[in-house]
Amino acid sequence: MVDPRIQVRNLSIAYGNRRVLEDVTLDVHANEILGIIGPANSGKTSFLNAINRMDKMRPDMRITGSILINGIDTRAWRNLYALRRRIGVVFPLPVGLPLTVYDNVALAPRLAGTAGSREDLDERVERCLRRAALWDEVKDRLHHLGSLLSGGQQQRLTIARALSQSPEILMLDEFSIAVDPVTTMRIEEALKTLKTEMTIILVTNLVQQAHRLADRTAFFLNGALVEVGVTEPMFHGQTRDPRTSDYIEGKFG
Amino acid sequence: MTDPRSDRRRPADARDRHWYIDKFFEILMFLCGISAILFVVGIFLFVFREGLGFILQDMNFSEFFFSPKWRPTSLVRPTYGILAMVAGTAAVTVLAMAICLPVSIGAAIYIAEFAKGRTRETLKILIEFLAAIPSVVWGFIALSIMNPLIIDLFDAPMGLGVLNSALILALMAAPIVTSLAEDAFKAVPDTYREAAEALGATRWQAIRQVVLPAARNGLLSAGLLGVGRAFGETMAILMSSGHSINIPTSIFDSFRALTATIAAELGETAVGSPHYRALFAIGIFLFLITFLINMAADFIVRGVRKG
Amino acid sequence: MFEATSVNHHNDRVQKQVKILFGIMLALLIIPMVVIVATLLIKGSPIVNLSFIFEDPKDGMTAGGIFPALLGTIWLVAVSLLASVPLGVAAAIYLSEYAPDNLLTRLIHLATINLAGVPSIVHALFGVGAFVVFFRFGTSILAASLTLAIMTLPVVIVSSWEALQSVPRSFREACWNMGATRWQTIWHVVLPNAITGILTGVILQVSRAAGETAPIMFTGAAMFLPFLPNSVFDQTMALALHLFVVATQVPNVPESLPFGVALVLVGIVLLMNSVAIWIRLRLRRKKKW
Repeated sequence: MVDPRIQVRNLSIAYGNRRVLEDVTLDVHANEILGIIGPANSGKTSFLNAINRMDKMRPDMRITGSILINGIDTRAWRNLYALRRRIGVVFPLPVGLPLTVYDNVALAPRLAGTAGSREDLDERVERCLRRAALWDEVKDRLHHLGSLLSGGQQQRLTIARALSQSPEILMLDEFSIAVDPVTTMRIEEALKTLKTEMTIILVTNLVQQAHRLADRTAFFLNGALVEVGVTEPMFHGQTRDPRTSDYIEGKFG
Repeated sequence: MTDPRSDRRRPADARDRHWYIDKFFEILMFLCGISAILFVVGIFLFVFREGLGFILQDMNFSEFFFSPKWRPTSLVRPTYGILAMVAGTAAVTVLAMAICLPVSIGAAIYIAEFAKGRTRETLKILIEFLAAIPSVVWGFIALSIMNPLIIDLFDAPMGLGVLNSALILALMAAPIVTSLAEDAFKAVPDTYREAAEALGATRWQAIRQVVLPAARNGLLSAGLLGVGRAFGETMAILMSSGHSINIPTSIFDSFRALTATIAAELGETAVGSPHYRALFAIGIFLFLITFLINMAADFIVRGVRKG
Repeated sequence: MFEATSVNHHNDRVQKQVKILFGIMLALLIIPMVVIVATLLIKGSPIVNLSFIFEDPKDGMTAGGIFPALLGTIWLVAVSLLASVPLGVAAAIYLSEYAPDNLLTRLIHLATINLAGVPSIVHALFGVGAFVVFFRFGTSILAASLTLAIMTLPVVIVSSWEALQSVPRSFREACWNMGATRWQTIWHVVLPNAITGILTGVILQVSRAAGETAPIMFTGAAMFLPFLPNSVFDQTMALALHLFVVATQVPNVPESLPFGVALVLVGIVLLMNSVAIWIRLRLRRKKKW
């Protein structure tokens, strides 16, 4: 029995007069990893921004169509900040806020007023860092600046930060772009564990990463959803649209 | 499936404390943001409020603009003509700009196109210091240093007047014109210079044939703001002009500026008297002129960016 | 071939001459400043000592010190900062963090430019019309400081805006994506990272406000007062006005006295600017991101 956690209906996105995504209809199921693949500028990142309702923070971004999370239309949400607290986001390049490792992870709970006691917060920071496979490397320098970590460590720090509010949905946008292969593998392992607790949307430029991780995969091209389906058959040539198999086989990109 | 954190009495999308705090500050920041508009309108209204009575009752339009006789304290028949002051202000502004513009633009070319690295930083800091010297100190310099210097050099009967004021104003307006002109040069993309130099042009040829034309509007705007600065200057002119009501015919003549008249006489007038209101009427005139100059300068720069 | 080289020689020579010409123009700006500061130092420094700073003027302001004027300037600047810093920083926050690209924002921008461009004597007229007469503050520190505050507001707005804009956009996006509100993002992440830049602007504003004369002449500064101000509703002496008075209004002043006052005033102003420049250079050298 599938449980549609996110239901996207006829979603279109434009920045000013530039349309970046046209009429996307798509479901994301609970506790799955949905892979989103496609060449650059096909609207993948904008799709994530739309789920997070970033159009409210950017005056030039316009959204039409509807996005339902847990069956509630996000257009009817009165407090979008509360919505975003349920969604964790990881960017292509790690954004190390000029804070210590500890404060980076503790920032969101503190701002939301859910930090609790010092012990609770310590425990939560440790748990998030463990789940992001970073704890062992930083446990002795929790109070050093996060920006002093290596690139791969910083990216795992942003994952820990995204997990700090126990989100229901985790969205990752090409997280491995600036990360070494070993770190990428460790993060991938972590994601497989995390999906038992949350729904994950994984935007990736690496077709094989989607193959390794995604339960289902969506293919975006030039601002349109070409198709979405179960990953395995798709990667074995069972695509509805020939462009999808061409892309997967690396005939263009 | 239900959300583990949801609470029957409290919907997931309920507005919380953070939401209201955010809204409060959004409104507060907005109000502070539009305060600049309120102040400009306020300045206009309050100056207008005090000056309006004069314009409606005491002012004779042709006397105000075309008579050189400013005798507000005359017991027989007070006259309020600002022609001499307008002429004095105009003369000194033109002379000051004639000195300031070429020098400032030349200095800006040197800083933007020839100076490099640390030298450039140091030069910019020195220009910044020049801009920091207060108006009243410039006035004091005009009195104590320039005045005897002009008398000695030109064998003039008096060192206070158009030349003294113009030199002081030129130095006062120079930093702002220089830094705006430098901005205008920096706004010209390096590819223009490289393209010209690739064709075998020297730096100077590139500047003259490519950079200067491309920076034209920025320079014009810088010049206009310099004019606005010189036109509105008060203390330095009050102290360097000699302050006698007189349409100047030579650069050594004493004159009186519109701004200086207000500064010198406002303290001696009774609130609400025709003289007091007449000074506010001059204020309206000054406000409108500088308003137009600033608008024009901004419009010229914006026009370029749109194109 | 030969002709081309001679053209090149000619061009190089012109280039050198032009460079020298522009260098001279730059020198025409810098030399007077150096001469001015040097003259103030030579003629003013003999009189500037501790008792000059801490004594009252004597003998009809022809002798003695500048203490009441110095203290008055501190009063005026401090009160004007109390008004203009919160307002100016908030306005900059609105322009940098909230303002959409619309007509209203454009109007705020134009208003800021005009506020900076209106002659100081017109600000003085406004101060008299609004604060002294209409709001009945009388000629007082309050009226003078508010006039100064409005006049120097653009300095804070522009420099704070620049400081806020220098904080990377990615910091804001990261915070928003965590569910932080716009205000939380500003308060906890943007402002802490912009604070040094804002401070630079505030210091420049102090320098600007300390040197202004026209806006305070009729709103709260007096030529001479036998007592020190006790509250913001008192009048006060001020350093800039004191220089005007001893230079033009008082007979038989020894030459060194106004030079001493000018030296102290310029010293304060240049010191403030140097501090601002120092902070700015340091900031540029050690950006955390």
